[in-house]
Amino acid sequence: MVPLEHILIFSAAMFCIGLYGVMARRNAVLVLMSIELMLNAVAINLVAFAGRLDPQRFAGIIFAIFVITVAAAELGLGLAIVLRVYRMRTTVDVDEIDLMRW
Amino acid sequence: MDLGQFLFYAAAAATLIASLGVVLTRHVVYSALLLVLALSLTGLIYLLLLADFLALVQILIYGGTVSVLLVFALMLTRPQERPVLTHRGWPLAALGAVVLFAILLYQSLATPWLTSVSDARAAIGATPGVAATATPLGRSPGGVPVARLGEPFRAGPSDIGTALFSTWAVPFEIASLVLLVALMGALVVARAAGEPAAEPRPPAP
Repeated sequence: MVPLEHILIFSAAMFCIGLYGVMARRNAVLVLMSIELMLNAVAINLVAFAGRLDPQRFAGIIFAIFVITVAAAELGLGLAIVLRVYRMRTTVDVDEIDLMRW
Repeated sequence: MDLGQFLFYAAAAATLIASLGVVLTRHVVYSALLLVLALSLTGLIYLLLLADFLALVQILIYGGTVSVLLVFALMLTRPQERPVLTHRGWPLAALGAVVLFAILLYQSLATPWLTSVSDARAAIGATPGVAATATPLGRSPGGVPVARLGEPFRAGPSDIGTALFSTWAVPFEIASLVLLVALMGALVVARAAGEPAAEPRPPAP
């Protein structure tokens, strides 16, 4: 059995890599991809705890199914918004989409 | 180290390398393909963590639809010239991510995790003679065969289906509503520019 700490460290690393991608990337689609990385890291955490502490009721696995569902829905809607913005401004650079900046 | 442990470490290392490739590479299509690789390896890790159905769901959704969606979106939003893909302030972002990872690393190693169900039951003071269907976090859904405490129990699709429609029915319906709203929202937002968005005016009298 893999020690629980190793799984937690792995999912923390994946989460932080996704966090760097969200903060540092300029293409809006790449930002959405990094959000997917973060959500999957969270789901790995949930499944790891479900396997160790709650095998009979597997609440973590059900929670991870809902996380995947909401992540897919959010990705679809986010990409629709990115396409609309691209149609208006011909760019998906998050630094150039500054309509709401004061 | 047996095969399961070796596979987990190999898959985890490959997933982290692929994730680094997603956030660091200068070609956006490489990012999308490396993301598909990372998430498919995450499906393998779900298998190693005894979540068979979730591994199937992960590979179907992320390897099947999210990858296609992302490549479509990248192709439809192609910039004219080779753009700069990273902000000027990326060292600050890297510093923030490293600081957060250090905090999570310390907490993962310093917290006394309960590593088995018997530990959890001892922590809440349950007696060892309680029936096998009672866990510290509640009873299993009716009809689901339960394993003895301490045995790894692979939740199959029928177990997850029973749980989704009995214990987790309300979140399941809410998730269906979320998907419906996202679908309708994506259709409305991404409508072609030439289509009329308002109701047709009634003819003048």
